Amino acid sequence: MIARLSQFRLKGLVFLAIVVFALPLFISNPFHYGLATQIALIAGAVVGLNLLVGFAGQISLGHAGFFGLGAYFSAIMTSNYGWSAIPALFVGAVGVAIIAWVVGRPILRLKGHYLSMATLAVGFIIAIILNNERELTGGPDGMPVPSFDVFGWELSVFGQYSLFGMEISGDLAWYLFAGMVLLVAVWLAQNLIDSPIGRALRSVHGSEVAASVVGVNTAKYKSLVFVISAVYASVMGALYGHFHGFITPSVASFDFSILLITMVVLGGMGSTIGVIIGAVVLELLPQLLADFQEMEMVLFGLILMLTMIFMPKGLLPTAANLLAKRRSKSAGGDA
Amino acid sequence: MFKKITRRAGKFAAIAAAGLLAMNAQAAEPIRIGSFLAVTGPASFLGDPELKTLEMYVEKINKEGGVLGRQLELIHYDDAGNASKARNFASRLIRSDRVDIIVGGSTTGATMAAVPMIEQAKVPFISLAGATVITMPVKKWVFKTPQSDRMAAERILQDMKSRGLTKVGLISGTGGFGSSGREQTLAVIKEMGGVEIVADETYGGSDTDMTAQLTNIRGTDGVQTILNFGFGQGPAIVTRNYAQLGIELPFYQSHGVASDGFLELAGNSAEGLRLPASPLLVPESLPDTDPQKPVVEAYKSEYEARWNSKVSTFGAYAYDGLMLAVEAIEKAGSTDKAAVRDALESIQGHVGVTGTFNMSADDHNGLQADSFRILEVQDGGWKLIN
Repeated sequence: MIARLSQFRLKGLVFLAIVVFALPLFISNPFHYGLATQIALIAGAVVGLNLLVGFAGQISLGHAGFFGLGAYFSAIMTSNYGWSAIPALFVGAVGVAIIAWVVGRPILRLKGHYLSMATLAVGFIIAIILNNERELTGGPDGMPVPSFDVFGWELSVFGQYSLFGMEISGDLAWYLFAGMVLLVAVWLAQNLIDSPIGRALRSVHGSEVAASVVGVNTAKYKSLVFVISAVYASVMGALYGHFHGFITPSVASFDFSILLITMVVLGGMGSTIGVIIGAVVLELLPQLLADFQEMEMVLFGLILMLTMIFMPKGLLPTAANLLAKRRSKSAGGDA
Repeated sequence: MFKKITRRAGKFAAIAAAGLLAMNAQAAEPIRIGSFLAVTGPASFLGDPELKTLEMYVEKINKEGGVLGRQLELIHYDDAGNASKARNFASRLIRSDRVDIIVGGSTTGATMAAVPMIEQAKVPFISLAGATVITMPVKKWVFKTPQSDRMAAERILQDMKSRGLTKVGLISGTGGFGSSGREQTLAVIKEMGGVEIVADETYGGSDTDMTAQLTNIRGTDGVQTILNFGFGQGPAIVTRNYAQLGIELPFYQSHGVASDGFLELAGNSAEGLRLPASPLLVPESLPDTDPQKPVVEAYKSEYEARWNSKVSTFGAYAYDGLMLAVEAIEKAGSTDKAAVRDALESIQGHVGVTGTFNMSADDHNGLQADSFRILEVQDGGWKLIN
């Protein structure tokens, strides 16, 4: 049974599902649920970014821009125009997809540092717009976001819900919802990776020239994955805004873009579960280190530096390698 | 090698944990004061003096026997001016640390992000951020100590009026502070009447030259005075450009630059400009009859002696926040959250560094525009006008 499971294509997803649903057995503090919800939503965006960075080998230093756009679109539509959250979420995602496609076509012709610079600029432009359109976005001081409603049923961290006859708090409900969104995000990503598109993307990563020689339309696939990862960010951004109840342009800031990329690199580029671990570590670490007060930033930097020096491939791939090595060693001993 | 390190880290953690336990055992049932401040990041000029102030006065109060015979315990986190971090830490303070009252929130964004949770959890909260939205409309559990930008605009326009200056050329930054200040100035003018804006120019946060905007204002028909609402380096550049262009009109700045740092940046060009500011900049020139004088002088000397650095008006917001919290807890006679909140709302005549607080059910700030003093720059220093 276990052997068959370890052969299963979506074993990572099964593992993740177990973790997500088992977590409430170990935590009960609403603060921890809040943190877990936030991690799940950010991890969703990181899974999308990983498609672009880890699989297609492109880079985006402006992904927080798409995250922020999604968040603000949903916030503005639901609070100022009385839209329901679901249509706002989808229309926002379509809008972001169009923007990403229009922007992505030309800038994905660039390579290396030039591509980084161009995506950086996109992120900055979005952040500047969110900062300056005071009438719409409330400017640098931010704006409130109504709670997430699904067909008249409101999901708020402060609510009380009954699920299968069990009373659950709003925090737990949000956590379960975010966990399921993350599972869907991972499921979609894994299917994409194992599809012809995914193989084309990996060939682009390997060598763009070789890929185009064997007939892969590299420009098309690169734009496609850019759009997909932007949509991931937009959807997660919208949910993040509803969850928080208040957003400021810092959700679209350069710092946040860098944080997203760092999660991908730290967790392990090209490993869907790895980047989620990256998100968990980078969101939890500041909370754990908060007790060290002045030393917080120093320790944070030190941990990142040591990880990158000793585990350059990222947390999960390095750990998997170690495990595989040990296993082959013990197998060798037996023989 | 690695094992050794982990073993050492384990030992260190054990010692640290033992230390923490010992500290907890010593102070039975302390009053827990929570705080989230922008100690690092772009807004650290707010959070840093605020944290220093909170730390030193909690220490001082504890040495003097605490509040209601109980020690104070300060639990503080650094939100780096980031709204979502602020919300997380507010959540942690309320749900994990179970604090009795929160004094914090250096920036408006951080404060507003934490407000929904605080309102829901029903914990008294004293914000240290400026914008009017924080206490307008009134939120049941939210109070704040700094004057709002609206009061600064009121104070400036009053002073202009008293000098017979009614046609104002406005120039403002596009950052949060500048654009909110511009809005409030326009709103106050509408209400007050008798003063009008004849020119309305803006500049970006990283612009390095504002002569074009100033030339436009100078060229406007009938302009009698110039007002700059901005924050950071922008106002210093406006001031220097103003002097370079040789503009003779009376010049006003906002409270956003009321610091000695601004005088250093602007140098000689600042001569003669006026701005609304906290009395903290001119404690010596306050008349002896001013009830704030002893409070301001004591805060200034104690802060400077302890930290060996200049006081800032932002630290004073934290001082007032902590003292209001202490007075409310003493008045309530317990740390019961609803009782403390009611006590906060009923505080009258509390003399702080920023001003005299008179709270009420529809004013959770409690300050009047006249808590701002109008200062003029003379001979490279501040001179109290009124």
